[in-house]
Amino acid sequence: MSTDLLVILPIILPLTMAGFCAVFWLRPGWQRWITVTGMTLMAAAAFALLAGVLSQGVMVSQPGNWAAPFGIAIVADPLSALAVAAASLVALAASVYAFRGVSENALHGGFFPLFCGLMVGVNGAFLTGDIFNLYVWFEVLLVCAIGLLVVHRDGVNLDAAVKYAALNLFGTTMFLTAVAFLYGAAGTLNFADLARVVPELGASAGLTFALVLFLLSLGVKAAAFPLFFWLPIAYHTTPPVVSALFGALLTKVGIYAAFRIFMLLFEGTTGLVGEIVVWMAAITMITGAIAALVQTDLRRMLAFLIVSGMGYLMMGLALSTPEGLGAASFYLIHDIIVKGAVFLLAGVIAVAAGSSDLTKIGGLIRTHPVLAVIFLGAGLSLAGLPPFSGFWAKVLVADAAFDGARPVLGGIALGTGLVSLLCVVKIWMEAFWKTGPEGMRVTARLPLVMMVPATALVLVSLAIGLYADPLMDMAARAGAGLADPSAYIEAVMGAGE
Amino acid sequence: MQSVILNALARLFFVAMLIFSVFILLRGHDSPGGGFIGGLAAAAAYTVITLAFGAAKAERWLILHPVVLMGVGLFCAILSGLPPLIGDFGGFLYHLWWEGQIGFLQLKLGTTLLFDLGVYFVVVGGVLSILFRMYETGAEEAN
Repeated sequence: MSTDLLVILPIILPLTMAGFCAVFWLRPGWQRWITVTGMTLMAAAAFALLAGVLSQGVMVSQPGNWAAPFGIAIVADPLSALAVAAASLVALAASVYAFRGVSENALHGGFFPLFCGLMVGVNGAFLTGDIFNLYVWFEVLLVCAIGLLVVHRDGVNLDAAVKYAALNLFGTTMFLTAVAFLYGAAGTLNFADLARVVPELGASAGLTFALVLFLLSLGVKAAAFPLFFWLPIAYHTTPPVVSALFGALLTKVGIYAAFRIFMLLFEGTTGLVGEIVVWMAAITMITGAIAALVQTDLRRMLAFLIVSGMGYLMMGLALSTPEGLGAASFYLIHDIIVKGAVFLLAGVIAVAAGSSDLTKIGGLIRTHPVLAVIFLGAGLSLAGLPPFSGFWAKVLVADAAFDGARPVLGGIALGTGLVSLLCVVKIWMEAFWKTGPEGMRVTARLPLVMMVPATALVLVSLAIGLYADPLMDMAARAGAGLADPSAYIEAVMGAGE
Repeated sequence: MQSVILNALARLFFVAMLIFSVFILLRGHDSPGGGFIGGLAAAAAYTVITLAFGAAKAERWLILHPVVLMGVGLFCAILSGLPPLIGDFGGFLYHLWWEGQIGFLQLKLGTTLLFDLGVYFVVVGGVLSILFRMYETGAEEAN
């Protein structure tokens, strides 16, 4: 397949499927099958792209044949190809899960076209090589995410949608302002061109202002301390399939954008900004885990654990070393898959026990031993215990911190791992081990379309844990590509000639 | 509210606005205009019908459900970008041109026209799905 086709397919496939869903608007039942088919094709395309990038290096396509820096380049480097592949896996799992987890209201309100649209936005943000275009993809996924909240047409989700929309629109507007200041200072919007131009500009007020605004806006998007408060409010009320998509993908897009922007434009986080990011990472990590520990609702706990995970990802950025960024890339992939898995499993638990409030459920191990084992697997991966992918992710991040002369950060990372283990043990003891309260309604037969995709994601995490070398190599290449963007710049700027 | 003058002129306006919207769509190649503005003009034509005779009649005249129209438009737009990818001679949305003469008519056609037509349908569908929805909600509240 040609490079142009390979690079653009993860974006236009879900877009085409959104169009298909719209054409079959009056037949919502068909939209399910269209979405599952589309997500299968998208996953195939994403893995083909990943294979292409690993064998050929950075792949670039210039839509409309407008050469960079004047056109918008679509760029797949190891990091973006990995992220697209992991996101596609979660989307595929969620689309199968959605055979049961979607209400009639949502189905008729356009759940599936919005689902496809969300994936257009996510893959677009991962693959774009242009900072203004990145803003556009943020808007695409924001609109679809708000849509996925409001289609349920109930008070709780509407409330979540308003909060989510208000804070994220604020974040996106700050991002746009930062882009404007950056454009004013550098005169270009192409990432590769910016990476050449910005370092030669020297310090200026506009550039510093842009840097601060990027930090704030991406802090909102990535749910970093002290800007994470919107996330637990917005995520825990949504249907499980939506929270799995959001939890696995939305914040990750934010941190991915932070990696790109800070590494390409500002040559990592140094000086005062570096110190700020270090402490943001540390506090995000630990507050997320501690806040999770005191929750009694399963999905609220998981929402706070997302926040905690973002801290680990920010550590990679704070370190700005190839090892740190490689570790963060590994963590990113692990986090996308495992957060998808635990939110899907939380939905299964809610079906099995009739509630996701840990005080109202219990004793599931006697009725659902298989679910207990699978959830234990997902939980251990989340907490960072072998033999799951979380173990390697946390080891790599902590190791990079000690190597990068940030022993305090490494210590906090290990301590946070302990607290998240406590969280997982708490969930498991409450939901599965303790005797269930009187009057708990247990559903004996769990739908296979819910169990299978969740289990598949846990198995992916297990496979990565047992056989970590390939992903570690890819992540190391992603990290090296971020730390030294010369290959990226050459591929983009050379492609037009 | 029923107005005799509006009802009498609505059909006339509808036809005139629809034709003009196509004119705007076509002249968008190298003058102000194009799919977006043309689509808005066409949506305005249907709005006149909605104001005069109600949303039900406008929906009948649209033939397709507005969201379906959006889907069709999205298809046209994506389709217009595919030839370079299939033939492997460029990036997505690299447009092809054909120049020729049919009788006395000098024509310059491109795949951009298909793209603009897609935008046109998406805009008509998008605006009208909002409009019809608001009319439905208004009717529900009035009852």
